[in-house]
Amino acid sequence: MKRVYTKEEACIGCRLCEVHCLTEHSRSKNIIKAHKKEFPRAISRVLVEELRPVSFAVQCRHCDEPVCVEACITGAITKDESGKVVHDEEKCVGCWTCVLVCPHGAPRRDLERRKVAKCDLCPDRETPACVEMCPNRALVYEER
Amino acid sequence: MSYVIIGNSVAAVGAIEAIRRIDKETPITVISDEPYAVYSRPLISELLAGQVKEEMMGYRAPDFYERHGVEAKLGTRVVSIDSKKKTVKTEAGESIGYNKLLIATGGTPFVPPMKGRELGRVMTFIKMDDAKKIEEMLPELKHVVVIGAGLIGLKAAESLHHRGVKVTVVELADRVMATVLDVEAGKVVQDALENAGIDIITGDTVDEILGDNMGLVNGVKMKSGEALDCDAVIVAIGVVPNAAFAKASGVEVNRGIITDDHMRTNLPDVYAAGDVTEGLDYLSGDNRVMPIWPNAYIQGKIAGFNMTGEERIFTGGLAVNSIELFGVPVVTAGMSNVDSDDLEVLKKSEGGSYRKIVLRDNKVVGAVLVGNIDRAGLVTGLIRERIDISAMRERLLADDFGYIDFPVELRKERLGVAL
Repeated sequence: MKRVYTKEEACIGCRLCEVHCLTEHSRSKNIIKAHKKEFPRAISRVLVEELRPVSFAVQCRHCDEPVCVEACITGAITKDESGKVVHDEEKCVGCWTCVLVCPHGAPRRDLERRKVAKCDLCPDRETPACVEMCPNRALVYEER
Repeated sequence: MSYVIIGNSVAAVGAIEAIRRIDKETPITVISDEPYAVYSRPLISELLAGQVKEEMMGYRAPDFYERHGVEAKLGTRVVSIDSKKKTVKTEAGESIGYNKLLIATGGTPFVPPMKGRELGRVMTFIKMDDAKKIEEMLPELKHVVVIGAGLIGLKAAESLHHRGVKVTVVELADRVMATVLDVEAGKVVQDALENAGIDIITGDTVDEILGDNMGLVNGVKMKSGEALDCDAVIVAIGVVPNAAFAKASGVEVNRGIITDDHMRTNLPDVYAAGDVTEGLDYLSGDNRVMPIWPNAYIQGKIAGFNMTGEERIFTGGLAVNSIELFGVPVVTAGMSNVDSDDLEVLKKSEGGSYRKIVLRDNKVVGAVLVGNIDRAGLVTGLIRERIDISAMRERLLADDFGYIDFPVELRKERLGVAL
């Protein structure tokens, strides 16, 4: 399956991937409204880690044997037929078990909604927003 | 050829999903004494609190059994196994044949022999029906005593509090969640509970449950001699493997069913998984009962694969707990509260936040995070993969500990290097 991979040599730590991830997962999908108006504000599912001069983006790796799926107490996280690890917000109760078990530290806590937010590979787009909007092509979306 | 699974919770689902990855044909029969399609047991506290509706309790979609070719015999209790004839017998006298059998019957609440335990409104709290029974008696409840300040007791206390019931938690140890939390972390959690209005009595226990002339609970008498009035008691001391029928059928049982690294029992073609087992502990290398949801799924999965003939090894369970009480999240992993000379403890406490990492030979073997629990899984991953932390020791306590602190090669391997 296609996944998002990071090129840390090319990442400049601008965090535009976070900005566009948040926007893509907002109600309006408008960059200004999403950040300044909407409540609860959407949260980015990608996280940029940085310790100058190194930086890179981390998001759900859509693991082959995802521990989050095994650990989820409500059945909110499943692996679909395409291999994507999918999170059903309706079923999530914010127990944070996935936060505790994901070895990548990928699931983020949305404290307003009391739910987890994780990368869904942008189902409404051909290429995930973080990849498409990265100004330095530090993220790629490809089959390995 | 047929698979039979006794029990219908997470370990059963783990097994079914694994079996169907390999074997799409062979019939699977699931037998459970509970009348419900598989639901999330940990969610009964949210159900009681009124935060989750019953129709949202399902752990899998309603068509789960149909889609996986599973016949579910619900509301049916298995009373014995005949491993020579390869059959299980139900309470109604039906005999069901198997080629491969999985025992996934979970645990039963432990209610110590104490005077008054047979009274009306002496409850336990692990099943959907427990939550429903408490819901029914709610109008009558003004004050409830919860015996035991573990995960189940505290979640029950929180739920009742949300429903306007006064709750007193009684705990024999000197603090709440004493199995997994040290004194400092226990205090943060206890403060949160007490600030919310829950009474907590530690270092004491209920000696006797008192009843009125209708046979209903009306109080408890403590070991210290103190007496409390109450309308119900919830016993949440612990859960013991539900293995008596298996033992009587010749399955080797210590505290739980003894399983090997394939999740096999001592009987041919009989496997066991989940809270009923005494399986391998990843960190200690010994067998022990580890009644933890993710562990049950993984054991069920390993059993399922092996039942089909696809060999998989169980490398051992890792105890992980996540609980949030009155807005304070607490997570623990591994040896979070073990005192031993060969362990080194790093810890940091500030405000309502606490972070503790337990090391042995430069490897993380335990962790507790209270408050800021973000990315706790990075630490759990270090435990599970037995990674040498020499290069990142200084950063383990940092709130923003991340992949950036990992050795470059390891980080690139984990993230998959872009070409």
